Amino acid sequence: MQSQLRQKIIVVKAVIHCICILLLVNEYWLALNDGLGADPVEAVLHFTGIGALNLLIISLSITPVIRLFKFTSLINYRRMLGVYSFVYALMHLLSFLAFEVQFDWRLFITEIIERPYMTLGMAAIVILLSLTLTSTARVKRKMGKSWQKLHNWVYLAIILASVHFYMSVKSDVVQPIIYATIVAILLWFRRKKFQKYL
Amino acid sequence: MRIKIPKSWQLTANDVTDESVYRQRRTLLKNMGFLGAGALMSTPAHSLDWFSKSAKKTFITEPLTYLPQSDKQQILTPESKVISHNNFYEFGASKSDPVNNAQSFQTNPWQLTISGQVENKIILDYDDLTRLFALEERIYRLRCVEAWSMVIPWVGFQLSTLLAKAKPLSSAKYVAFETLEDPEQMPGQASRRLGGGINYPYVEGLRIDEAENPLTLMAVGLYGKTLPPQNGAPIRLVVPWKYGFKSIKSIVGITLLDKQPPTTWNQLAANEYGFYANVNPGVDHPRWSQASERRITTGGLLARNRIDTQMFNGYGEQVAHLYKGMDLRANY
Repeated sequence: MQSQLRQKIIVVKAVIHCICILLLVNEYWLALNDGLGADPVEAVLHFTGIGALNLLIISLSITPVIRLFKFTSLINYRRMLGVYSFVYALMHLLSFLAFEVQFDWRLFITEIIERPYMTLGMAAIVILLSLTLTSTARVKRKMGKSWQKLHNWVYLAIILASVHFYMSVKSDVVQPIIYATIVAILLWFRRKKFQKYL
Repeated sequence: MRIKIPKSWQLTANDVTDESVYRQRRTLLKNMGFLGAGALMSTPAHSLDWFSKSAKKTFITEPLTYLPQSDKQQILTPESKVISHNNFYEFGASKSDPVNNAQSFQTNPWQLTISGQVENKIILDYDDLTRLFALEERIYRLRCVEAWSMVIPWVGFQLSTLLAKAKPLSSAKYVAFETLEDPEQMPGQASRRLGGGINYPYVEGLRIDEAENPLTLMAVGLYGKTLPPQNGAPIRLVVPWKYGFKSIKSIVGITLLDKQPPTTWNQLAANEYGFYANVNPGVDHPRWSQASERRITTGGLLARNRIDTQMFNGYGEQVAHLYKGMDLRANY
């Protein structure tokens, strides 16, 4: 029974790996071959940015879904979805560096400093990076109580990411507002956690 | 020996690539097996988008008779990109929406009214747009405030010739423009979600001396044919030294006024979009550095196409005098 469950988890994990990687590979393949419309740079930036936010939302939905539907085995996939969110966010940042500003480091740095929405996005990536680096079981054991403290920063990361999205659009704010609403619902589930900060 | 001095808007002699070179390169890439099936589709392929490839209606453009621009010394943005990458919120706020949503747009019959402080009120119908004035080709750089740019071979006539026909009164100081309002044909006007939440009809304006500048073009075509609707059929403005949003599309009204007209993006976010909107590498938009831009030419993700932005988009020689003594930081 136990091994059957383990096998099932491995299969589901493999499927998640495949989906996350293949979508990314497919997007860059199309972009390299000029198959994403007139501006592949913009297309890739949107895809990786929205993808990172989607994955973060999915990973933060797992706890509420387990509470509501007792679907406990989902917990096995939360970490990898979180890590993939960082992978997409990293691709988003690297694509901006490589294809948008084309390794103009000065422009890259001044843009991140001077454009508030980019500063927020960068902050979210730094948080996700630190969570990814501390995501292994070994580090978690070593960090003890401070691990949970650090990983609570994910809530700030998702707020920063959705504000970054909202501020980056010109006027078509409907989509960012939908995302912000979803994020607000996810945070509302954790309201007890935040009470001590309020 | 005949020494030919091109007018500076006719673009300089470096980086020469024209369409034939572009085609050869495509053929070469194809022969090398570099272009996937995705590159051959006219509309962008989205991941997991298996269902939207059904045969779609395409707007029919007509060839135009015009005086070609003799010096074709710019890398033209490929026609396929010029007609598939558009900001035209009337047909949707994403860049690929207009080409997908505008193909059944009706441009004939059309009525363009020139009125306000003029001696002769003029109403042009569809045929007048291409037949009333001699058409000429103008290859212009188009710089979007979002920091991408294109080089487009427009076909059209100078706005000044149209204005001369209407005979502006001496009290006329500004020229206001208005896009068609027709929510039935323009889904972005019918739905706030699709239309990006801006006010319709779209309005724009120029000072009369800007409007009468020889560079200011009323375009009725590109790449030798009439405009497709996503590019502003049947007639649009092209003001090459200003950011793209000034070049209002699908115009139905031109009104001469004694005071500055409201403009759409300025009404929406006055701190971001000024009335003048002159391309100026020294004055940043809050979200985009204007110091440089990505020129959309051929190629995919790896195209090395970031270039410095020029003051007045490189048309300073023709237009700088219009702004003598003005603080372009305050009048952005």
